[in-house]
Amino acid sequence: MDHEKRTAGFYLLAAFFILFVLFLYGPLSAILVLSFQGPAGGLTFPLNGMSLHWFANLFEQQAVGDFGGSFRRSFILGLMVMGVTVAVSLLAGLAFRRRFFGSTALFYVAVASLVVPSIIISLGIGVMFQQIGFRPSWYTSAFGAHLTWTLPFGVLIMFAVFNRFSPAYEEAARDLGATPWQTFRHVVLPMIAPSLIGVGLFGFTLSYDEFARSLMTAGTYNTLPLEIYGMTTNVTTPVLYALGTVTTVFSFLVILATLGCIVYLRRRSARG
Amino acid sequence: MTIAAEQHVDGAAAKPASRFNLARLAPYLQAAPLTLILGAFLVAPILMIVVVSFWDYDFARLYPDFVTYNYTEALGSWVTWKTYLNTLKFAAIVWALTLFIGFWVAYFLAFHIRTTAMQIVLFLVCTVPFLTSNIIRMISWIPVLGRNGLVNAALVESGLVPAPLEWLLYSEFAVVLAMVHLYTLFMVVPIFNTLMRIDRSLIEAARDAGASGRQILWNVIIPLAKPGMAIGTIFVVTLVMADFITVQVMSGGQSASVALIMKNQMSLLQYPAAAANAVVLLVLVLLLVAGILRVVDIRKEL
Repeated sequence: MDHEKRTAGFYLLAAFFILFVLFLYGPLSAILVLSFQGPAGGLTFPLNGMSLHWFANLFEQQAVGDFGGSFRRSFILGLMVMGVTVAVSLLAGLAFRRRFFGSTALFYVAVASLVVPSIIISLGIGVMFQQIGFRPSWYTSAFGAHLTWTLPFGVLIMFAVFNRFSPAYEEAARDLGATPWQTFRHVVLPMIAPSLIGVGLFGFTLSYDEFARSLMTAGTYNTLPLEIYGMTTNVTTPVLYALGTVTTVFSFLVILATLGCIVYLRRRSARG
Repeated sequence: MTIAAEQHVDGAAAKPASRFNLARLAPYLQAAPLTLILGAFLVAPILMIVVVSFWDYDFARLYPDFVTYNYTEALGSWVTWKTYLNTLKFAAIVWALTLFIGFWVAYFLAFHIRTTAMQIVLFLVCTVPFLTSNIIRMISWIPVLGRNGLVNAALVESGLVPAPLEWLLYSEFAVVLAMVHLYTLFMVVPIFNTLMRIDRSLIEAARDAGASGRQILWNVIIPLAKPGMAIGTIFVVTLVMADFITVQVMSGGQSASVALIMKNQMSLLQYPAAAANAVVLLVLVLLLVAGILRVVDIRKEL
């Protein structure tokens, strides 16, 4: 198929693909543009002048809830979830390389964690905390709730990585006299580092954007998606779009930084 | 080899006993954090829900008990059945659309893009929006579909319709559109993954044996892509079945889903009623997933 002339099918599918990309990015770019709406502008086009009015509005705490605080909480929570997801998925991935009692059951529990509706997790953890007498908060109950969503992704990615990982490298290291720890630290870890960074990205962004699992578990203080959700019901000015623009730009920066890291690691291992 | 090797411990009888035990224990220690976290935040809460679904309650608190009327109330009401049908309808429509779009996008990326670098770039272009906030992506349809939105403005301007269409936003159409927008990637990635693993010589062989492009697609590629489609189906179906926020925001309160009923009961502190609905929904979702898993062995596909 590779070195032939482009067929009509190619152009048809290319057009379909372009439409799909427009479908993905079109609405997002609409709110990006509208967030620069003039002070007198509304929620739809046309633009009524250009200004940063709504961005300024966003950072005044009284105007629209607690944007700064909820952003800080979501950011810290995302980092916590990221760290735990990377460490626990890596360990579980190593465990699944060998047979152990209950491995199949654990694997299916991890898959179940992916398919159980998130609102059920939210309800269950909320009621459980209430009955035990713990106060739900974003750094305890919501933290656990987010992990039930990020860990299965991490574990499945590590599972796939180790399925393709040739034991020859470890055997070679061992033959050269490396201890198990040295083998892991200097052979296995550098090879799987890009995948681990990918798992970290998933952990952070899934937690940072998570809504349903935080609903009953976040306690007194809102995370950012809960704050945004609150705004959808009672804010009718373009400040909503300004918030959308800010969080989307932030997500893009996180993704770019991660990709930069992966490319850097790949280059370095290719040279070394 | 004489170096301590975890995998080879069984054969090396001379190793000290402590080393032997540690190597045997290693996978259990490595799996322990995952087991503990999923036990505490997945298994325990679900057991709690099952227990609470039999409890009694009033406006202030829950009373441990064994009553079944949370279930009889949920399943005895016509509204619940209608809502389940509505949720399943959304799941079916969104599944069909995401499967169609997802397959062709993945097929284009896997078979029509010639360089790996371009494949990675285009794949990332598709992936990036899915790592941004779902709620913001929903809201972004408002200026496009609203009464004075871009689509309506264009339609009225061009004279295709005399007045703005009302059903573009805050309707079931908007719910389906937003769900397709949110969830198509969950189809694209697994299908792309299976397509990339198809041995290209199979396609050469089919062509040499005289198969047309259409026959190759239908008899070679699609059957081999089925596992990816099954995994994508699991994601999309479970996400739609669990959805309440898309339904709430995009239908403007005119449509309902099972999870939305639960969410409303939760905000009224009717936890046992919500728990009974949760159990029914969970059983339904697990049955759907079990049905799909008969088609595919996930462990083999990773």
